[in-house]
Amino acid sequence: MDFNDTAEEAAYRAKARAWLDANAEPVDPNEPSGDPLAEREDDDMIRSAKAWQAKKFDAGWACITWPKEYGGQGGTTMQSVIFNQEQSKFKTPPPIYTIGHGMLGPTIMTHGTPEQKTKHLRTMARGEEIWCQLFSEPAAGSDLAGLRSTAVRDGNDWVLNGQKIWSTGAHFSKWGMIVVRTDPNAAKHAGLTYFILDMESKGIEIRPIKQINGGSGFNEVFYADVRVPDSNRVGAVGDGWRVALTTLMNERVAIGAGSATGGFRHLLKLARDAKRGGRPAIEDSAVRQKLAELWVTQQGLKYTGFRTLSALSQGKIPGPEGSIGKAVGAPMAQEMAALAVELQGPLGATRDAAATLHEGLWQGMWLATPGIRIAGGTDEILKNIIAERVLRLPPEVRLDKDMPFRDVPTGPPSK
Amino acid sequence: MNFDFSDDQKLIQKTARDYLAQHAPLSVCRRVLEGNERYDAALWKGAAEMGWLGAAVPEEYGGSGLGHLELVLIAEEIGRSLAPIPFSSSAALATEALLVAGSEAQKKKLLPRLCSGELIGTLAVAEGTGDFDVATPGTRIEGGRVTGEKLPVSDGDVAGIALVLVRDGSGASLALVDLEAPGVTRTSLESLDPSRSQAKLGFSNVPAEIVGASGKGREIVSKVLDRAAVVMAFEQLGGAQRALDVTRDYALGRYAFGRPIASFQALKHRFADLFCAIELARSNAFYGAWALSHGNDELPLAACGARIAATDAFELAAKDMIQIHGGVGYTWEYDCHLFYRRAKLLGLVLGSASEWREKLMTRLEAREAA
Ligand SMILES: Cc1cc2nc3c(=O)[nH]c(=O)nc-3n(C[C@H](O)[C@H](O)[C@H](O)COP(=O)(O)OP(=O)(O)OC[C@H]3O[C@@H](n4cnc5c(N)ncnc54)[C@H](O)[C@@H]3O)c2cc1C
Repeated sequence: MDFNDTAEEAAYRAKARAWLDANAEPVDPNEPSGDPLAEREDDDMIRSAKAWQAKKFDAGWACITWPKEYGGQGGTTMQSVIFNQEQSKFKTPPPIYTIGHGMLGPTIMTHGTPEQKTKHLRTMARGEEIWCQLFSEPAAGSDLAGLRSTAVRDGNDWVLNGQKIWSTGAHFSKWGMIVVRTDPNAAKHAGLTYFILDMESKGIEIRPIKQINGGSGFNEVFYADVRVPDSNRVGAVGDGWRVALTTLMNERVAIGAGSATGGFRHLLKLARDAKRGGRPAIEDSAVRQKLAELWVTQQGLKYTGFRTLSALSQGKIPGPEGSIGKAVGAPMAQEMAALAVELQGPLGATRDAAATLHEGLWQGMWLATPGIRIAGGTDEILKNIIAERVLRLPPEVRLDKDMPFRDVPTGPPSK
Repeated sequence: MNFDFSDDQKLIQKTARDYLAQHAPLSVCRRVLEGNERYDAALWKGAAEMGWLGAAVPEEYGGSGLGHLELVLIAEEIGRSLAPIPFSSSAALATEALLVAGSEAQKKKLLPRLCSGELIGTLAVAEGTGDFDVATPGTRIEGGRVTGEKLPVSDGDVAGIALVLVRDGSGASLALVDLEAPGVTRTSLESLDPSRSQAKLGFSNVPAEIVGASGKGREIVSKVLDRAAVVMAFEQLGGAQRALDVTRDYALGRYAFGRPIASFQALKHRFADLFCAIELARSNAFYGAWALSHGNDELPLAACGARIAATDAFELAAKDMIQIHGGVGYTWEYDCHLFYRRAKLLGLVLGSASEWREKLMTRLEAREAA
């Protein structure tokens, strides 16, 4: 047992570090940093994110695990993790490419046509064009296969109609990946098809949605007779569910070993700065018990990440147990934020940057963390996955499995 | 990065698992729990013959010279089988105390006997209700003789020697006491888990020798506890995993409302939470094992993480085990209470999780201040 780098890993890390040192500014570990769902709608931020991605691409640090022919480096997952670990120690623009690079690119590599791969993967890797994921609908979130946006074949095109929602970054994306229903008479999972969609197509309307933290990272997107060429179809007609599963599986593999752990030091500092009964709050035994509990959870997550990395390092593929990270990490982040806000007493109820401790960052995090527990699979869905796929307990009872989609109930029976 | 045990280490674990599956089914734990034996002497002998008691003891002192990574995996199997033997008291606490602080002569004399199982050892620190770690012990040593009372002492009624924390002038020292010596009284206490015994030890002018530097008793005990906490965390993990496995099988076989109870989402989510708790505890324990085996300065923090997470996970597993079994889980006849008792006992004998959380904060603050 040894969690130092192997010689090759150490050499790779040193090389990454040297490049980052020369090209970015290090983070001050004592400075409380950012809100986990940093807002992404500002133009300057997008310009700087694009510039940073192009710089990485040109120096050979972008999409490290992708094959060289698609603009990657043909590297290992371990190398990619090492680069990300090092990069997290530097100030870099918010990650607007996670969905494209982590989920959509791999989907094109698995199911796309040779033309789609040639046309899109390299520009995606270099970050010239941003991609978004158009899956969820008002009536289809956890139950994604219940989606009702449609596409109907018309010559060499498909004509799309309907609505998507919670589409992160749709307002600054050039491309989207969308799943729609092409056969309402088939069973729920059988009638779906997957497309690449040009977000500048005629008939698309994008409306930002305001979140509880005041930001608007996501949107509702409406489609009125939007034409999509059949050459943009990914996978066979009716095979969209299988293609979408590739996207969703990659969502889980987006590993962040050790990345959620920076916040604890700042929380500790806050507990020293905040007062309780005229004394630093950190002297209060109830506060100490709670802090200790959070530290242990956070350490557990960190070393669970290391165990996953060890498996990767030995060439094994991480399984559904990877869901632990989000199932535990998201509620923990919310608890940390809640504690930090509570420790400030009545002042915690303000967001005033000058008056609060740590410039209102914890209030921002407290408002943002409920979103993490929902996005990319809710707490409950993750627990279902752990129960069913890891512990092999029986699946949920399903009332909609074998009926044609048009007969699936969508609400309470009308009187 | 290789944050995992080696194939050789896993083989040692598998051998231990197979041995215990054959020699320590739960009926063995139950026999000790229900009867008058304080531990299973045959199993103790077997554990010694398998080389488990001295897994981390160098060969020159009669051990098998493997290491702590092997010791913790054996502990996990002891935990899984709920083996009714004084393993943690003797092989973790007393043995580690001698390894950490014993003189060459003490190690030469005692470690071979501890490894062979002919001698059982324990550590006696607590004095009545409150924390395990007493600030100023009432038990004292004067002119090489110990007087006072320690309670509870794990396996104190079956041990032949105890390392006793005593007041020594203005400080505290660790004293080695022969429990067969005149002036020692041993009283068995009714244990919450009678498959692991507990006792009260009285000392009246009993001859003793100091282990380690005089006046450094608390520092030594703190080190020994960290090491034992990591070993015990694996014992707790083994118990927790077994509780989860047994409960899962039960829930798949038990039907209500025309379906297996394992299909009810309320129970599935309980299982998922438990799985997460056990895996996070395992990760914390792995880190502890790494720090322990590498003699790393991270051990004081890593040990806290391992102790707290493993204690919480085993207690959750044991509680859920009864709940998910329903009425039969509350019967003497079913094995759930064996786990419920063992989880609580292990969760307290080295100090409660809240005592360790407090210790963790003190250590974290000291590190931040450094
Ligand atoms: C910040 C943010 C960003 C997002 N970005 C995107 C994006 O870029 N693209 C995209 O397509 N989507 C995105 N989403 C949507 C997200 O995937 C869905 O919100 C999520 O899957 C939940 O679906 P829902 O909102 O319809 O809630 P519902 O599915 O209606 O869930 C409501 C409640 O019911 C529970 N529930 C539902 N089914 C079950 C079940 N089987 N068992 C137990 N409980 C159940 C849920 O856990 C939840 O508590 C984003 C969401 C957020 C919050």
